Amino acid sequence: MTNTIADIETAEVILVTGSNTTENHPVLSTFVKRAALRGTTLIVVDPRRIKLSHHAATWLRPELGTDIAWINGLMNVIIKENLFDKTFVENRCEGFEELKKTVETYTPDYVEAITGINATDIIETARTFAGAKNASILYCMGITQHTTGTDNVKSLANLSMLCGNLGIPGGGVNPLRGQNNVQGACDMGGLPNVLTAYQKVDDDAARAKFEKTWGVTDLPAKPGLTATDMIEQAGTGELKALYIVGENPLVSDPDLNHAEKAIGNLDLLVVQDIFLTETAKMADVVLPAFCFAEKEGTFSNTERRVQRVRKAVEAPGFAREDWRIICEIATRMGYPMSYPNSNAIFEEITKVTPSYAGITWDRIENEGLHWPCPTADHPGTPILHTQQFTRGKGMFHAIDHRPPAELPDKDYPFMLTTGRVLYHYHTGTMTMKSPGLNTMSPECFVEISSNDAQRLGFEDGTMVDVLSRRGKITAKLKISSKAVDGTLFIPFHFAKAAANRLTNAKVDPVAKIPEFKVCAITIRKAA
Amino acid sequence: MGKETTITIDNKRFTFEPDETILDVAHRNNIFIPTLCHLKGATPTGACRICVVEVEGAPNLVASCATPAANDMVVYSESQEVIKDRRSIIRLMLSSGHHNCAIRDFDTKDWTQFQLKVLEEDGTQDLCPVWGECKLQDLAYRYQVKAKGLPQSESKYPMERVNPFIIRDFSRCILCGRCVQACREVQVNNAIDFGYRGADTKIVAGADVALKDSDCVFCGECIEACPVGALVTEHALKPERFVKTQKVRTTCSYCGVGCQIELNVQHNRIIKVNSAGDVPPNNGSLCVKGRFGFDFVASPERLTSPLIRKNGKLEGATWDEALDLVADSLTQVKKDHGSDSIGVLTSARVTNEENYIAQKFARAVLKTNNVDHCARL
Repeated sequence: MTNTIADIETAEVILVTGSNTTENHPVLSTFVKRAALRGTTLIVVDPRRIKLSHHAATWLRPELGTDIAWINGLMNVIIKENLFDKTFVENRCEGFEELKKTVETYTPDYVEAITGINATDIIETARTFAGAKNASILYCMGITQHTTGTDNVKSLANLSMLCGNLGIPGGGVNPLRGQNNVQGACDMGGLPNVLTAYQKVDDDAARAKFEKTWGVTDLPAKPGLTATDMIEQAGTGELKALYIVGENPLVSDPDLNHAEKAIGNLDLLVVQDIFLTETAKMADVVLPAFCFAEKEGTFSNTERRVQRVRKAVEAPGFAREDWRIICEIATRMGYPMSYPNSNAIFEEITKVTPSYAGITWDRIENEGLHWPCPTADHPGTPILHTQQFTRGKGMFHAIDHRPPAELPDKDYPFMLTTGRVLYHYHTGTMTMKSPGLNTMSPECFVEISSNDAQRLGFEDGTMVDVLSRRGKITAKLKISSKAVDGTLFIPFHFAKAAANRLTNAKVDPVAKIPEFKVCAITIRKAA
Repeated sequence: MGKETTITIDNKRFTFEPDETILDVAHRNNIFIPTLCHLKGATPTGACRICVVEVEGAPNLVASCATPAANDMVVYSESQEVIKDRRSIIRLMLSSGHHNCAIRDFDTKDWTQFQLKVLEEDGTQDLCPVWGECKLQDLAYRYQVKAKGLPQSESKYPMERVNPFIIRDFSRCILCGRCVQACREVQVNNAIDFGYRGADTKIVAGADVALKDSDCVFCGECIEACPVGALVTEHALKPERFVKTQKVRTTCSYCGVGCQIELNVQHNRIIKVNSAGDVPPNNGSLCVKGRFGFDFVASPERLTSPLIRKNGKLEGATWDEALDLVADSLTQVKKDHGSDSIGVLTSARVTNEENYIAQKFARAVLKTNNVDHCARL
């Protein structure tokens, strides 16, 4: 997030898109709902009539995979009616003319034809958004998990810059991170193209610094494979060994039937986890690890706040801390890695990670700090880009709408979108151990509108087969007011009826993120 | 600059900000005024009136939570008049519900007898689950309220135990409305409200249905707000009363919000989770997973020793066997097929320190940048 969670309540307008906030980030959603209760204008743009839409002044319903179009539509109106922040655009941005030229095509009527959103709603929403003193944009996987994911995010950034909403309280472009430490995993260089703090692996100076600290030579300069590429290359036989820490791709990956074959093709699969997950069951070696309640360390949350994790209980049996296991293997491979405790690792992190350089465990004992925090006396940075952007001037990207990789047709007439429910988390390895959570959400379901169900002659609770070009699952039909005609929703938590047997593994060309949010399916009564 | 505005509380002068109530000024200056219905961040209702104070020149006692501080106002936080009023409020509350914490039988003259009686009764099934953590009980002690002999009215509504996570015991409810405010103004889930009228008043969910059949999402904000034992957690494990509970503050391991939580531990088991209080980012709020979703930690399904595949089956192994096997196999693959034939998937679930070690291992030891995690999934 460019801004903080607390900051959301100070916005005049909040635009939430591609985020089922009340179910995926329930506590963060309270900030949005409280703001709306006190008079902030809440705009929800989402293909499902999610709970948050009941708190909103406006709910806009785009067809799946048409986000660039509606965002361009808003900018078309804002530029045409001269509602944009001229000072901000002139002083802080570049590329405005190209943007203007591209969005000229996206008239409200043209956008209505692509997205299904009423032209007058586009105009009204554009005026409301641009008219705000400060407007916050919140988004999540509904924006990113598309073959146009990168361009969707850039489009939101365009909109925010155009209205001068960056670098100010109550503004910003705010991705809501879905996992406890996904921010930290990225910050720490758990990505194929960057070391810690996004220092590029092909930057010689950066590598030299790490080589010196780590006492090694020849750190690889070529960016590596993304998770989705790894699965591909396991399939083709180029990748021979995979070491997986605390992940369950055999439920969370797209096109599971394909992923299963690919992973089965590996010479060596090592899985380090707290449970014998679907993925661990396929491993050659399984290494038992500690869970969060058993260890000391830090997580970085969605607002870049580095916070402490503390040990409360002893781990079961012979389980070990993740870092100790990896250090042992490194040592046995001839590169001794050893630390007295995880705080010592954190101290090494701060030496090579400029944005964490000023953070110590002592400083975050009571309250976490927002990175960048470059020095010991720096108070942290709650709001990014207040003076300038990382690259200097903010770059407008002129982007055109592109349809999703797979659209409904005669054989697969429905659109499928996937996501989580409130009571479960990701592949359910943790939440499905709680009887109460299982009571509230016992099994997979296929969410459908009452119109569609009626048209097909299906009743609530009917067991249906759901088929895509890639696979088939069987689950109970659930008629819901959240569903819109033509679009079905299935949560991806449940291994027994894994929605990802259906999803499309086509990825965004830049971010390599799969298009979990759109594919074509059909349903029929289960045999 | 305008003239400085001051208020006098218990003969001490304090400055105050516009919009501050008497209660705000008192609490900011560590002057004790009891509250029951008052909930930070929500609209004051003045429902319970336990926070009454005496204001010079005012005909009656006023509710300090709902009375704005005014210039030259003179307030007495605990005058004889105030104490008398508070005692009668407490007495009424004790007699209007099921408060079997022994406080009802409390005889101010015989302290020892009372202590012995409590010890004897403790551990029985009937004793209130929030014994020792009840604001009403605390206040009854503080103001030496005797409710002995007062008739006790029976609750009209039976206990609701059909829900996962939350038990509703209407017999202990003092109708302070904090749960309603927590639900409607803090979490804005709008699941519960006051229902019926007069003596029939009840906190209802939807059209008076069980929580599990209402809009309730079991965030548990109401449990933390309840000053008495009307809303309590349906524990999988019953906390033991005489075992010391260790409280450990940490960060929730579910979504990316990073809520600050407190794990309550007895006998190496997490018996309860509550928020870590008024600290960011969650400022005391939690969701259903963060409050009730930690059974997995002590699950018997946890992995407890390394496993190695032998003849197609995963079998138990020692750490030495497993670590050697992984180290040797990776060395072999690296030698035969090159560094880039190996991939490491680190995790958005583990700590920064562990992610750092995982990518360091990939880059410095395996010599590959094939390191990624589940950010995209």
